[in-house]
Amino acid sequence: MYKTLQRVLVAIALTWSTSVVCAAETIKVGVLHSLSGTMAISETTLKDTILMMIEEQNAAGGLLGKKLEAVVVDPASNWPLFAEKARELIEKEKVDVVFGCWTSVSRKSVLPVFEELNSLLFYPVQYEGEESSKNVFYTGAAPNQQAIPAVDYLMNEVGATRWVLAGTDYVYPRTTNKILEAYLRSKGVAAKDIMISYTPFGHADWQSIVSDIKKFGSEGMKTAVVSTINGDANVPFYKELGNQDVSAEDIPVIAFSVGEEELSGFDTGPLVGHLAAWNYFMSVDAEVNDEFIDSWLAFIDDEERVTNDPMEAHYIGFKMWAEAVEKAGTTESEAVQEAIIGVAVHNLSGGIATMMPNHHITKPVLIGEIQDDGQFDTVWETTGTVPGDAWSDYLPVSEDTIASWQKPLSCGNYNVTSSKCSGQNYK
Amino acid sequence: MPSPSAYGVGAILSVFKVLVVILVLIINSNSLGSETEDFGLAIDALKVKSFAQKELAATKLAGLKNERIDIILSALIEGKLYTKKNSGDVVIVTRLKGGDFYLEHAATGENLGIVGRREAKKISVNNKLRRYLKSLQAVRQLNVRDSDGRVAAIEAIVKTGDAKLRSLIVARQDIEENESVLKALENALVVFDLESSDPIRRLSAVEASSNNLDSNVRGKLNEMAADEGLSLEIRDAAIASIKEIEKRVSRFRAIETIFFGLSLGSILALAAIGLSITFGVMGVINMAHGELIMLGAYTTYLIQLLLPDLIEYSLLISVPAAFLVTGLVGICIERSVIRFLYGRPLETLLATFGISLILQQAVRTIFSPLNRSVVTPNWMSGSLEIVQGLSITYNRLYIFFFALMVFAVLLVILQRTRLGLEVRAVTQNRDMAQVMGIRNARVDILTFGLGSGIAGVAGVALSQLTNVGPNLGQSYIVDSFMVVVFGGVGNLWGTLVAGLSLGVVNKLLEPFAGAVVAKILVLIFIILFIQKRPRGLFPQKGRAADS
Repeated sequence: MYKTLQRVLVAIALTWSTSVVCAAETIKVGVLHSLSGTMAISETTLKDTILMMIEEQNAAGGLLGKKLEAVVVDPASNWPLFAEKARELIEKEKVDVVFGCWTSVSRKSVLPVFEELNSLLFYPVQYEGEESSKNVFYTGAAPNQQAIPAVDYLMNEVGATRWVLAGTDYVYPRTTNKILEAYLRSKGVAAKDIMISYTPFGHADWQSIVSDIKKFGSEGMKTAVVSTINGDANVPFYKELGNQDVSAEDIPVIAFSVGEEELSGFDTGPLVGHLAAWNYFMSVDAEVNDEFIDSWLAFIDDEERVTNDPMEAHYIGFKMWAEAVEKAGTTESEAVQEAIIGVAVHNLSGGIATMMPNHHITKPVLIGEIQDDGQFDTVWETTGTVPGDAWSDYLPVSEDTIASWQKPLSCGNYNVTSSKCSGQNYK
Repeated sequence: MPSPSAYGVGAILSVFKVLVVILVLIINSNSLGSETEDFGLAIDALKVKSFAQKELAATKLAGLKNERIDIILSALIEGKLYTKKNSGDVVIVTRLKGGDFYLEHAATGENLGIVGRREAKKISVNNKLRRYLKSLQAVRQLNVRDSDGRVAAIEAIVKTGDAKLRSLIVARQDIEENESVLKALENALVVFDLESSDPIRRLSAVEASSNNLDSNVRGKLNEMAADEGLSLEIRDAAIASIKEIEKRVSRFRAIETIFFGLSLGSILALAAIGLSITFGVMGVINMAHGELIMLGAYTTYLIQLLLPDLIEYSLLISVPAAFLVTGLVGICIERSVIRFLYGRPLETLLATFGISLILQQAVRTIFSPLNRSVVTPNWMSGSLEIVQGLSITYNRLYIFFFALMVFAVLLVILQRTRLGLEVRAVTQNRDMAQVMGIRNARVDILTFGLGSGIAGVAGVALSQLTNVGPNLGQSYIVDSFMVVVFGGVGNLWGTLVAGLSLGVVNKLLEPFAGAVVAKILVLIFIILFIQKRPRGLFPQKGRAADS
């Protein structure tokens, strides 16, 4: 009797100790993407991307001799829940790094958590800028890596002189449009030639707005539409454009939030020639891209799936983090933060992405036209890569601000005229 | 079975045929040598990266004589012209299912077989080049046999705004016989004459442009009105024409706004009408109503998936299919949950809210969280041009009439059938109806099934307008309740009138207030209205309604 009890105890002790040893031998990677609710449509793909990267890294021997282990949570498109889940990942699950968030509001919601607990977040989506946190790495585009080059393209190559800035009513479009308006005005565009229109999330009835755009564009000047319309609202918007015969040759629409995945939901025949500005397209002709697409299609086991820009951002972010961990020899936050600045990895368009001291990365800017197969065809690209600018040079509030997390500055919002670092408080 | 000698004769014949073909080819290539060579060179020149150089290459190509030029130009416009990577040949690609390419040699039309999509690189075209190519194509098609083709070509030429092309129009005018083409030519000349050096011509062109809403024309008129180097007469005429155009545009805008409002309203009414039955007649607050709409939209998707050859008729098939599917789902919900909760509105609300979440996540798990693509049949895309500058999109037009039809059918069911009579009786007084021998439970099932089925039918219509995804229903549930409450609970006419009027009010406000504020204003209006008239526009009358 005593013997059996002893054996059970030993067994329990053994399993417990092995589990402790196992825990010490894996590196935990947190994945904070909505798998339900409105944003699931975009974020589920990113969760899968990280799982694929982890699988590949493990197949290649893991990191620092340890295996990687994914911890996936579902913040359910609910902004306060993002903060709770982030805390759960860091405090309870003890993850070493988190890849996550899509909307700016979810990033703003988790930001204090990451700063308080000094953990790392890789954020893969193009965003409005005006932020640089010690704990966040922005692998998506800042406005100067997407919006400004896109407007330049329309101005110089297409000859647009009249502008419609159409967006969904939240922080990213509002800030981006503010920057674009300031930029256009600085280029001599009159206020009457800029039309700004905001719509609610998930707006489905675009009849009057498309008709407004048509009217605005038929007054004799070459008109272009810059769209920061988000997510689901794009499909009815583009359908309405097609139905009202707004052709790309007359009024081109350039979008910052429409990628291959958004287009996979409908027939792009009537939209051929409308544009998007990104840093990556699935159609990019590069060997590394072909390999990535092949492994993605194999991983997800569906020939019809596409790749998109935020996926590339996660690819770059993950590679950078892995390299920084190898370089630092540890997954500890401070050491990785220091090691990652200057780390350069391949991006998927055949170039190099480097982590800058302001926690943004260098990216090529590509302008693509929508094709009838739902893909983009690159019609213009920057000659080299563009480093991301955390603080826009075109907004009066931030034109004197810079960010650098390298010593001795170590500041996310340093004012060069007053030589002051105002600490980590963002609007 | 043919005899062996027949084989022999066949073989000799085919060898002879091949010899003849080779001979013909040799003769052809000798006589047309330089011509074919030029043609090949011009095609190869399209492979350059710069769009400006591609434009030059295309111009050269269009100037040559070869029956394949039109095929190549349209392939280039449609993005089907590729370079085969290993040989450097320019090829025309047909995309096959599964992503592979079927290649056809651009210059010869020779079949080059099927290759993987990475073995060919697209010759890309941008908007500017595409427009230019279309004008090249238009010039080539100015003399085609089909008169509609000629009109389209003339319109494309006008759109280029290229003054050099005027002579083509004049030349065609001499030989043209078709009425409508002659009219198109005349209109085209007016546009070209806006820049004529002859002041009389120009003046008459300016005056004739007062009913032309084209952007290019407007641009030219604006320039003229501001150009101080021109005679006062022309400038005044330009200003008058611009005024006339603007008057026309604003008149059209007013008509458009009303139509937009009616269209939005018909969608609101369509989404709400099923709810009006369940909520109004049965007093059940069904939060899963939106998800029933979503299921209707997914049924459309499934029908298109199952019957890929019948896309044009898919919507007609989907309407009854969606009605059955969502009707059955509705009956299941009623039998399994709601029937235990009659008379307890709060619990019903919570329970159906739970069902809505379950349905959403179920769809997300089965169909993936990504939006599904529902094809719009050809007869539903594009727009109906009433006059130049005023057009109505077909999908909205059809959905408007569809909503009215659904409404009429429901009205007939409720007013003219036995079921309708029973439903009305139960609505007015549940206990009394039972005493009179009406089986309440059966009426409940059928009513809920009917309401749910109508939601599915609304889903078929919505699949043509918005995303078919798990969240489709959520965006319509609030609007639907709004319409039902505003119209008066339990009143079909109320739902229709409320839906249409809310749509029109929303669209009237939108141009002034913007889409966000317009929506808020409508909500505030409804809140105030409900304060004043809690029973909505058309309150139910009678003793039952008062209790």
